[in-house]
Amino acid sequence: MKSLGSIRRDFAPWNDPNAKPYIQFENVTKKFGDFTAVNNLSLTIFEREFFALLGASGCGKSTLLRMLAGFEEPTAGRILLDGQDLRGIPPYRRPVNMMFQSYALFPHMSVEKNIAFGLKQEGMPAPDIEKRVAEMLKLVKLEQFAKRKPHQLSGGQRQRVALARSVAKRPKVLLLDEPLGALDKKLREETQFELMDLQQNLGLTFVVVTHDQEEAMTMADRIAIIDKGEVMQVATPAEVYEAPSSRFVAHFVGNVNMFEGKVAERAANTTRITGATGAQIVVENNTDTAAGSNIVFAIRPEKIKVTSKKPADAVNALEGEVYDVAYLGDMTVYHIRLDDGQIIRASALNAARVTEDPLTWNDRAWVSFRPDAGVVLTR
Amino acid sequence: MSNIAITDAGPSTAAKPLLTRLGAGFVSRLVIIVPYLWLLFFFFIPFIIVFKISLSQSAIAMPPYTPVLDFTDGISGFFAGFRDLNFDNYVWLTQDALYFKAYVTSVIIAAVSTILTLLVGFPIAYGMARAPATIRPTLLMLVILPFWTSFLIRVYAWIGILKPEGLLNQLLLSLHVINQPLIILNTYTAIFIGIVYSYLPFMVLPLYSSLEKMDYSLIEAAKDLGCPPTSAFWKITFPLSLPGVIAGCLLVFIPAVGEFVIPDLLGGSQTLMIGKTLWNEFFANRDWPVSSAVAVILLLLLIVPIMLFQQAQARAQEQDK
Repeated sequence: MKSLGSIRRDFAPWNDPNAKPYIQFENVTKKFGDFTAVNNLSLTIFEREFFALLGASGCGKSTLLRMLAGFEEPTAGRILLDGQDLRGIPPYRRPVNMMFQSYALFPHMSVEKNIAFGLKQEGMPAPDIEKRVAEMLKLVKLEQFAKRKPHQLSGGQRQRVALARSVAKRPKVLLLDEPLGALDKKLREETQFELMDLQQNLGLTFVVVTHDQEEAMTMADRIAIIDKGEVMQVATPAEVYEAPSSRFVAHFVGNVNMFEGKVAERAANTTRITGATGAQIVVENNTDTAAGSNIVFAIRPEKIKVTSKKPADAVNALEGEVYDVAYLGDMTVYHIRLDDGQIIRASALNAARVTEDPLTWNDRAWVSFRPDAGVVLTR
Repeated sequence: MSNIAITDAGPSTAAKPLLTRLGAGFVSRLVIIVPYLWLLFFFFIPFIIVFKISLSQSAIAMPPYTPVLDFTDGISGFFAGFRDLNFDNYVWLTQDALYFKAYVTSVIIAAVSTILTLLVGFPIAYGMARAPATIRPTLLMLVILPFWTSFLIRVYAWIGILKPEGLLNQLLLSLHVINQPLIILNTYTAIFIGIVYSYLPFMVLPLYSSLEKMDYSLIEAAKDLGCPPTSAFWKITFPLSLPGVIAGCLLVFIPAVGEFVIPDLLGGSQTLMIGKTLWNEFFANRDWPVSSAVAVILLLLLIVPIMLFQQAQARAQEQDK
């Protein structure tokens, strides 16, 4: 059976109509003077979900997080946590904790004092605090750094302290503002998996803000793509990638080729599209589009096959010339200029060490793809 | 061939670093020497002269003390003068309760004024540090602005404000807050007002610089972890502004101890502060040796806070590492 399922096969409360929402944004608007940071936005997050807010900088995603933490109040609308309206509850009384982008570690306190800070505020007895701090230090593997001050730690270690401090109170929800932004690439990849494990082990609800689509795709159960204070799509990483709801989402996540065109003919199972530049494309029906309507056909580079001869069995095959080749090791990226002028990006996985059919600059080439390889977008 | 190469390379590689090393060493040494020379000529040598005078005896002469160390009787005469130096003036300072009282009052007045200045200065500095970045330079300017007028004139202006028929009393009388003029001028209150007003910039500037550096997300983090705003202030903001607090307090306390103009103009004749005592000894009594002894003790009294200040700075620098 074909599917665009989530990675955690058994966890999909968003598909269950009876599932109780945990965090609800209800028609939330936030204005700073004349600037509308969040515009009439509604969003539902479920318990134990790893939820990512993905968007470019300034799109309003951080404002959403700050409203959840209590640093900002919505101008209109309401935010519910576990059924309770959060309006008017100051940050220090909310059962959520935040991991700051800058980490915001207290520079005058040692690592263990930083972690113990929230627990002391709670009035937890000293022996319990000690136990919990030790537990947290073990969790983030910083036992031998307990007495150090933040400035004596590396960036990765600081990130771990910030994480330990924010989960020490066992909040209902952990908010993470660009949690991996300050780390280098390798450390970031390692930490992504650690965060996922941590979320699973502690059974917490994570809401992470990021501008890095790869980060969101790797970690999140669902991603909300935000643009100009509005939700563009909320879906699993696979859905966002393979079934984007709009041109914006298709463009924002990963690379994509777009064919502007019109629906030429609509049959029982397939639709024929005439591209603006004349290309004829046959696709499987995935949208209700009447003949004659303007649409965009979007297809990911890795779904396109590049060959030197026209494949005999291909439904969709377009001819062109190799315009650019980039060898990346694990894959090769081709830029093919079709005879109608459009440039197509195609990537081929280098599954074998040698190719039978090497293509190089200015070679004639065919691009081909299956009818179900792309999506028709109306927005 | 290889021999030639070595001898060729030899002198050039050896000479170059030597020259640069010498040059760099000379320049860096010069940079260090200049402030030390300054201290030597304008602090250490004058101090030695004052210290010598404090060990002399008052005399009706020109200069008004004996012995005068000079070389008119040759080197042996110069050293013969040393025999007449003694610590009588210091003994005298302990015998007359006036001096002890003056020192103690000065320290108390300086300490109280410093605390008052801190209480007034902290909210100002905090407000400035939290103000929008665009108006901060203007606010800083306003703090420094009073320096553009003579200190003396500004203190005189306070006489006009504080005197019984002054601006403050007129205002309060016309508002019917009081029935008869408040006596503020020529009291300790006037001295406190004068010192707080005059030294406020010295408190605000270091406080501002340490508060401005502070990342506001630390306060948000504290709140996020369950800390109410007041508690967050004492647990985060205040400890992190401590270097500024210490610097500001010392910058106010040290000059306030020896302050002469403010107690003289605003405190009236009965106030007993060491700066005023020194002035009286020097100009009214023309007793240079005793006033020199007063000055030396005052200096020792101030060296302790300066050393504390330097230690605090060193600690702050270590923290920044």
